[in-house]
Amino acid sequence: MQEKTDYLKDISEIRSMMERSSRFISLSGLSGVLAGIYALLGAYLASLVLYRPDILQQLTGIQINVQYALFWLFGIAFLILILAIGTGILLTTKRAKNQGLKVWDTTVRRLMINLMIPLVAGGIFSLILVYRGFGMMVAPVTMIFYGLALVNASKYTLTDIRYLGLAEIAVGLLAAGIGKYYLLCWAIGFGVLHIVYGTIMYFKYEK
Amino acid sequence: MKYLLNNFDKAFESKIRLGVMSALMVNEYLDFNALKELMDVTDGNLASHVKALEKAGYVMVKKQFVGRKPNTKYKATAQGKKAFEDHLNALEKLLKERKNN
Repeated sequence: MQEKTDYLKDISEIRSMMERSSRFISLSGLSGVLAGIYALLGAYLASLVLYRPDILQQLTGIQINVQYALFWLFGIAFLILILAIGTGILLTTKRAKNQGLKVWDTTVRRLMINLMIPLVAGGIFSLILVYRGFGMMVAPVTMIFYGLALVNASKYTLTDIRYLGLAEIAVGLLAAGIGKYYLLCWAIGFGVLHIVYGTIMYFKYEK
Repeated sequence: MKYLLNNFDKAFESKIRLGVMSALMVNEYLDFNALKELMDVTDGNLASHVKALEKAGYVMVKKQFVGRKPNTKYKATAQGKKAFEDHLNALEKLLKERKNN
């Protein structure tokens, strides 16, 4: 006859297996904070490109032709994306290793696929908007699709990410509804929200 | 007490079988490699345990080819899910009863 502690261990192992096999739980909160900081810096750079190219020229010596402002904005956005994804992968890998979990397992693949579907659709839609001459709508559209991607992915990772997704959708819709202050809303959506979310996650799971 | 022990399923006596069943409760399908990664066991060990679950009618096997590689997917049957839930309930009841004594 088994002892009581064995049964307790059985139950806790069942719980952990159910959790581990269905959700990826090593997402790093710190990488969220850093992504938010990159976004704020990027938004500041973008605001200089758009409104004060003279300051930018004083700081860096780069003179920006208004005609090419759009390319600069895309360049900045791309750079932030690469930095944020890179930091995310690096810190999350480190965290998974510390937890003794595999990084590239079924749960991560499922998380990635479900994150990418709305994200890629949103990216393509943004490019179409630029092509059709609705370039300014890119800011709210990227936030809305990013939010939808997070809500969709929340079934495969920490459920808290669902609330970040809902907040992104709300800010995106608000920005589209107001019809101006796009850059400010974008800085709130991708900068401030990430920093707040990342800080909460850090203290909730990593402290 | 006797009633409780009757609900303990022999098929779930092994840690690995219990683990496989837990994972299949929350995933529609899992393939052999995913299960292997989760349990951290050897091919032969996992295969024999899954075979036992299959024989009990708790797990369904679906073999197919991905490109030229064979791929085996596993799914919990309705009977298996019911048996697993009964087993869990029996475990919990037993623990509760012991606590009261």
